[in-house]
Amino acid sequence: MSSLTDLAKQQRNAYLPQYLTIVLIISFILLIVSIVSSLAFGSRAVGWNGLIEGLFHPAIDSYDANVVRQRMNRTIFSLLCGVALGVSGALMQAVTRNPIADPSILGVNTGASLFVVSGIAFFHISTSEQYIWFALAGAMITAIFVFGIGSMGRGGATPLKLVLAGAATTAALSSLVIAIMIPRSYVMDQFRFWQVGSVGSASWSSISTFLPFLIIGLLVGIISASALNALALGDEVATGLGVRTGLWRLAAAFAGVILCGATTALAGPIGFVGLLATHVIRLVLGSDQRYIIPISAITGAIILTISDVIGRLLGSPGELEVGVVTAFTGAPILIILAMKAKVRAL
Amino acid sequence: MKNKSMEFIKEGIKKRRQRWILVTGILTVLACIFSCMMLLLGNTIYPLQDVIRALYGEKIPGVSFAVTTLRLPRMLAGLFAGFAFGVAGHTFQTMLRNPLANPNVIGITAGSSAAAVFCIVILHTSNAVVSIASVIAGLLTVLIIYILSRGSSFSIGRLILVGIGIQAMLNAAISYILLVGAEQDIPAALRWLSGSLNGSQMEELPSLIISVIIFSPVIILLGKRLSMLELGEQAATSLGVHTDKTRIALIVSSVIIIAVATATTGPIAFVAFLAGPIAKRLVGVGLSNIIPAGLVGVNLVLASDLIGQFAFDVRYPVGIITGLLGAPYLIYLLIRMNRKGDL
Repeated sequence: MSSLTDLAKQQRNAYLPQYLTIVLIISFILLIVSIVSSLAFGSRAVGWNGLIEGLFHPAIDSYDANVVRQRMNRTIFSLLCGVALGVSGALMQAVTRNPIADPSILGVNTGASLFVVSGIAFFHISTSEQYIWFALAGAMITAIFVFGIGSMGRGGATPLKLVLAGAATTAALSSLVIAIMIPRSYVMDQFRFWQVGSVGSASWSSISTFLPFLIIGLLVGIISASALNALALGDEVATGLGVRTGLWRLAAAFAGVILCGATTALAGPIGFVGLLATHVIRLVLGSDQRYIIPISAITGAIILTISDVIGRLLGSPGELEVGVVTAFTGAPILIILAMKAKVRAL
Repeated sequence: MKNKSMEFIKEGIKKRRQRWILVTGILTVLACIFSCMMLLLGNTIYPLQDVIRALYGEKIPGVSFAVTTLRLPRMLAGLFAGFAFGVAGHTFQTMLRNPLANPNVIGITAGSSAAAVFCIVILHTSNAVVSIASVIAGLLTVLIIYILSRGSSFSIGRLILVGIGIQAMLNAAISYILLVGAEQDIPAALRWLSGSLNGSQMEELPSLIISVIIFSPVIILLGKRLSMLELGEQAATSLGVHTDKTRIALIVSSVIIIAVATATTGPIAFVAFLAGPIAKRLVGVGLSNIIPAGLVGVNLVLASDLIGQFAFDVRYPVGIITGLLGAPYLIYLLIRMNRKGDL
């Protein structure tokens, strides 16, 4: 027995860290690139000098330096949102044991939207602290609803059932959103700014509102990683290994919903980041959640920040909502997954 | 004994035919009533004689403008688009043997919408070009979805998943075009996201009317073969149906009418999805449901537009009403299919 565990340890040491270091180095480089480009590019491009002045010499008050400082909020916020969305996607995929789970595909984003719109229309909420609680409630209820429908019947929650349940719920809820919005021009106005699905409006206060939720979600996610590994073997095996399946599944799902709900509340609905972030990682590192969850945090941050930069460049002189960019890059992953899937597994 | 069972079968056929005629008749009458209501109702309700005289081309101050410029195009757009959505949706659902596989869910209408938005907002082309572009885009979308979902073996599940992915990309493209385009106001955006009869104009209608008049008879004539296709590839072939040719003819005709309808009214949510199953419920199985499905589509669009216009303090576009009606039904259908293990 002990030789078996030794062997397992050896094997893990033999091959995982090798890729792990490469992945970590590459993602670190990409992270730096995305941060620098997010600070430098926009409707006005800033050169090296401006960048360095803005970052390291608070005394210098040149135009470029100020532009860089303005972009600081946005960059930090998009990094944090990317972390949240990446981890949220990884958690949802692990909990549903389903490669295509992503907040946008499951309709969770639209649920959060509906609650925020109702909040604006009927309870006159207007600050990000208030948005966040409404969005969380909406995300939670929708997640339970969609997963409930998707896991009915034979075979549990197959990708096809979940996607369809998500698409149907999204259609229903977005009709409701528009129906609430049309008669109330003030809601439409306020909601439009929120709906844009952008990280551009970030302020320090929204970042500080966001942080507690991010930290809680991340912690729960990382703690539940090894339990999720056991869950991947099936409920019976996991129980046999001494994992309290119900508890951990609930905890991980809760963390996933908190992360994407909070992001949706502050940045608006942004889709497909979770799908993109995890599948890149899974291709290289396999399916060990203890690596997938933390590293999809990094890839999520990279993807969202770079998408934001692309949106700024494509949409200039205005900007293109980051949700549009991520839909364009993320939806092909869904298609590829569908193409690869075995017919039985659908 | 043999005679008795023959008589029994004949009796059944007769009953079903009677039911088909009855249902079709009632649906037609309802459609006529709704069309008249579309012409009569509005901010001001004009007397019936005035409306009829205005339709015949007499110039009556006020009435002429309201009836011929505002209400008639709206009614005609709803009528023909509803028919097109119903017929094409039903065709896809029957051909793929799955109510979920309709042009809304698998992204064909999104393809047509994207092309229409691109032509209108960026290129400022004429209405004919918009129609042609959206037909081509619809056919291309079908082709791409088909190629991508073929894989090692064809499955409806894969087709739907691929379609949803394509749809997400196309919707992103639509948002991008609306953003880049000059001062596009929100109502225009809403029209392309959920469908609306607001602002329908006479000039937009000829291509819709012509394509519906040409291509829905094609589909109706192929109706018998469509029913045979529903029995499965082998059964249809042994009944003497050229399955591939029939399928291509059906797909092309359906995509043409649905694309032109989408180019005119926007993708009115869920009509293509709802019409087929409702018609099946009303008529039952056995006879071709294509005409009833088209009529159900007409009634859905016109009734929803009337509800949207007059039932509330605010005027809602028709797509919102059909969306609110259709989405719960979709969820109900999913629950039922999941329970039965059809998915």
